[in-house]
Amino acid sequence: MAETSLLQIFERDGITNVEFVESNILDEICIRRIGDELSSVIERKGCPKVVLNFQNVNALSSSALGMLITVNTKIGDKKGKLVLASLDGPIRDVFRITKLDKAFTICDSLADAFSFVR
Amino acid sequence: MCSSADQPNKHQVTIPGVRGSFDEVQEAVLGLMHKFEYSDHDLFSVRVALEEALANALLHGHQGETTDEIDVSWVVTHQFVQIEVVDQGRGYDPDAIPDPTATENLTIPSGRGLAMIRAFMTEVQINDRGNHVTMVRRR
Repeated sequence: MAETSLLQIFERDGITNVEFVESNILDEICIRRIGDELSSVIERKGCPKVVLNFQNVNALSSSALGMLITVNTKIGDKKGKLVLASLDGPIRDVFRITKLDKAFTICDSLADAFSFVR
Repeated sequence: MCSSADQPNKHQVTIPGVRGSFDEVQEAVLGLMHKFEYSDHDLFSVRVALEEALANALLHGHQGETTDEIDVSWVVTHQFVQIEVVDQGRGYDPDAIPDPTATENLTIPSGRGLAMIRAFMTEVQINDRGNHVTMVRRR
């Protein structure tokens, strides 16, 4: 039986908009599956433009951050763009505390993210 | 799950060294915090720190060996939450982990667990062997 996707992926004007189905991105197996799904999206694109929408995310582990760094590197290797959007207070704190807000482009809203990545 | 006679608020449990066993502990700790009306920010902080401590025990302490068990104990009061996580591994030297917040290390995918524990908890202690973490979050 095929596994249920942990992401909802929409394509719009050449931009890939990704939403997380799981609100808690903590479990190692779940994180690996999300990383694999994102990697397959990136591999299909010549110059990936990806917006990751964190609106549904309530908790995030360091393993999830590691996966996002790997995804960011893969997109950078293809001269693409990755933007993180709609990170609420505590999730934004995770990026600020780890100083990963300097390594990622983070936009407050989806509209800003789409404008940036376009 | 047991309560200690000398510390009636202290709960302790030994769990299998697999990710699937974490949920039981997290639900118990967060359930008590709900009962004591901790804020959402406190709940988030303890949830993340506990996840990281248990993941460190599993990945670094036990090196993925699933037959080793993890001892977890916790005390939740109106004033503070204290959690101890003890693994069966050889331990590690936390000072040997490169600073993940240094500019040159921002693209390294691993090594942020302890930094997140320290950021989200008020006090963190690790024993000399490196297999026993005690962490406290105060209101």
